[in-house]
Amino acid sequence: MLSYLLRRLLGVVPVLVAVSIFVFGFVRLLPGDPARLMAGPEASEADVAAIRHDLSLDQPIWEQYGRYARGLLTGDLGRSSRTRQPVATEIGARFMPTLWLTIFAMAWATVAGMTTGVLSGVKRGRWQDQAAMVLAVSGISFPSFWLGLLLIDLFSVRLGWLPTGGYGTWQHFVLPSLTLGVAVAAVLARFTRSAFVEVASEDFVRTARAKGVPERLVILRHTLRNALLPVITMTGLQFGFLLGGAVVVETVFAWPGLGRLLVDSVSYRDYPVIQAEIMLFSLEFVLINLGVDLIYAVINPEIRFR
Amino acid sequence: MQAEPVLPLLDIAGLSVAFANDRGDDFTAVRGLDLVVAEGETLAVVGESGSGKSVTAMAVTRLIDNAGGRITGGTIRFRDRSGAVRDLAREPAADMRRLRGPEIAMVFQEPMTSLNPVLTVGDQIAEAIELHQRLSHQAAREEARRMLERVRIPEAARQLDRYPFQLSGGMRQRVMIAMALSCRPRMLIADEPTTALDVTVQAQVLRLMRELQREFGMAMIFITHDMGVVAEIADRVLVMRAGEKVEEGDVFAIFERPAAPYTRALLAAVPALGSLAHESLPRAFPENGRDLPPQDTVREGGPPVLEVQDLTTRFDVASGWFTRNKARIHAVEHVSLEVRPGETLGLVGESGCGKSSTGRSVIRLEQPQAGAIRFEGSDVSVLRGDAEARLRRGVQYVFQDPFASLDPRLTVGFSIAEPITTNRLLSGPAVEARVGELLRQVGLPPEHGRRYPHELSGGQRQRVCIARALASEPRLIIADEAVAALDVSIRAQVVNLLMALQRERGLAFLFISHDMAVVERIAHRVAVMYLGQIVEIGPRQAVMIDPQHAYTRRLLAAVPVPDPRQRGHERGLDDSEVPSPLRRLDDPPQVAPLVQVGPDHYVARHHVGGLY
Repeated sequence: MLSYLLRRLLGVVPVLVAVSIFVFGFVRLLPGDPARLMAGPEASEADVAAIRHDLSLDQPIWEQYGRYARGLLTGDLGRSSRTRQPVATEIGARFMPTLWLTIFAMAWATVAGMTTGVLSGVKRGRWQDQAAMVLAVSGISFPSFWLGLLLIDLFSVRLGWLPTGGYGTWQHFVLPSLTLGVAVAAVLARFTRSAFVEVASEDFVRTARAKGVPERLVILRHTLRNALLPVITMTGLQFGFLLGGAVVVETVFAWPGLGRLLVDSVSYRDYPVIQAEIMLFSLEFVLINLGVDLIYAVINPEIRFR
Repeated sequence: MQAEPVLPLLDIAGLSVAFANDRGDDFTAVRGLDLVVAEGETLAVVGESGSGKSVTAMAVTRLIDNAGGRITGGTIRFRDRSGAVRDLAREPAADMRRLRGPEIAMVFQEPMTSLNPVLTVGDQIAEAIELHQRLSHQAAREEARRMLERVRIPEAARQLDRYPFQLSGGMRQRVMIAMALSCRPRMLIADEPTTALDVTVQAQVLRLMRELQREFGMAMIFITHDMGVVAEIADRVLVMRAGEKVEEGDVFAIFERPAAPYTRALLAAVPALGSLAHESLPRAFPENGRDLPPQDTVREGGPPVLEVQDLTTRFDVASGWFTRNKARIHAVEHVSLEVRPGETLGLVGESGCGKSSTGRSVIRLEQPQAGAIRFEGSDVSVLRGDAEARLRRGVQYVFQDPFASLDPRLTVGFSIAEPITTNRLLSGPAVEARVGELLRQVGLPPEHGRRYPHELSGGQRQRVCIARALASEPRLIIADEAVAALDVSIRAQVVNLLMALQRERGLAFLFISHDMAVVERIAHRVAVMYLGQIVEIGPRQAVMIDPQHAYTRRLLAAVPVPDPRQRGHERGLDDSEVPSPLRRLDDPPQVAPLVQVGPDHYVARHHVGGLY
């Protein structure tokens, strides 16, 4: 198990190296010159050239990458070309709001989604199943900005129970995490249901019934535990997506998160911030995947013993 | 003095079971079935697929409720431990659950999928004990260990903490039996418990079940399609067809004086090992009660169709990014064989012996590491241009599962036409005419070309696969367990079809099979594989009558004989397992040339591995 963990951690390194190269390249494929954008429309060629030199954009691309990679290894992410603040400070300020929002949204969505999915699977074909799946499809297809605005209208404007937006107290978290979690809960409900139904037709579930196991244990011990594997993968993926910052929900609720920072940085061609954010997202994804695989190994002995 | 009339343990009367389908009308799987099982007796329920034999078992245990079926009529009267007679057809689900395990237990066909993959063997056996005997977990595990010992699993205590995937198929089926017997049921329903097992393992498990039945004094319903197995185990036999009882009787009466024509046909279709002991040539199954002529189709002289020399295919195991590979599967190890024009070479062995890997390596579905392959005298070891085209066209493959090997979204006519058009043999309307002709040759009406695979039965689908194999006018067909998934009567028909095609076209076959009795029917020569090597190869009659290798003898001894008077109680079977062909890198297997022991008859005299 320990060697498995070490092997997997080592496997992360080449992934991150490859990502850093791709991100670096793709950011420079964006049309538009950051130096000119920073200098403003009135600036002279000499000013633009000075800024370009200042940002090291006049050097050969591999030297720029070398400088960037050295920075990554020493923990220096550079400075934002827009605000002149260290990138670490910029991202650091935005990271916690996004992380907390994601955790709250994922927490309720996972519980609600998986419970609904299992109940649907148990009652498959009956009205409870159909009602739950209608809800799930609605949850997936309902646009989040619209849902967010409706919730603000009801709970903030009409009832006055919760703030309309911003970041601070626990009340600020309710509506954004509700909005953000709906789609996740819906996806997980559908996913759990199909995994559950598939496992429910397996031979070993029949074996469990044949030895007189009560239905409750047939569902929990024999069916659900085996059905969890694909659901955990999906949960991990969703978690990663949300950690990338939900641009729409952050905008609707004026949330100071990573999603909005990324959009702003792209419009200013703020290379260092874009690079750092995408590196961060990749790292998060890789770590989440690693976590998912470890949970897999705990649940599925076949992986543990390999 | 008259004995007290003994009440039967199970008395089924007029049982009907139906399944609702999508269109809302019911499909009746079992119709008006009467069945009686006395205490301590073994009743074999025999039938082909769709006969309703498994549905009957599911109805008795009421697992049918979870499988979409419904008991629509009749009674299932079962006398429980306290002597009360209960009608299981009307028993409430909760009471029924308490009967499953301590009163009625089941063993299923697929040991690979019937155990929960994420729970240890010990926990799965202990679960039932805890539930029904109200023992603590520790005591239940102790009992589980005793059960594993009773089913002759070595090192039982150590096996408790292992997971199903760490056990072989035979071991898993022993675990299933231990689980079923753990609550001392009064009746065991075994649904094809040995069908998925290798023949030597089947013999071990059958013997075990017979012994345990005696030790536990329980009744048994043994469901099977295999008349050989019936002869081995049954006291009485009930033959089913299309949901109805055809015939019922004492096992000797059924085998010696079958009354129903269907039973007679079923018995005639069973290949009995040794039925061609006195003939040197193969011979097709009798058709319509008439014997067919011997299969004298081998053309001597000239080059063989296929010549394989020292073919070696190995698979490396666990080669991750940062792990050196530690082991290697020696699937095919220095295999040499040849197939002559018009000849059938039977390649036999148990699962994992490398017989399929050999076939797949010949047509390069696997990449061999070494060896020479010559097709009609020219080297095709390296697939390039001309050689590849010749091999691809000249050698065709028929797989075991006819459903999985046809594209469900294409008509079967299209599937058959594909090799004709890719090999540019014909074009335009001639293709369609040729497809019709091929369908006729395999015994199907040409109109079937417009159907999709799911609209055909298993036997028809395998005929389509054979037609597709014939489409490119091959010289050699590699049939890899091609009749293994078919019912006995269909199997006989398809074997006869292959043999008729051989007579008409001089086709050669490499017939890969685990079924010695079928191989005896079809093969001119036989090669026996064990742990990736051929341990014996020679004329069929010589190998089967006078086997020279110990493993060949063991394989032949394990084949169930469809005659209850030859019940092989003590055939000197051991409980040893075939070892794995997986070996450490620094531990290659011993390989040596075979030794000639008779005309065209060669045998391995070196230590191949395991016991041999």
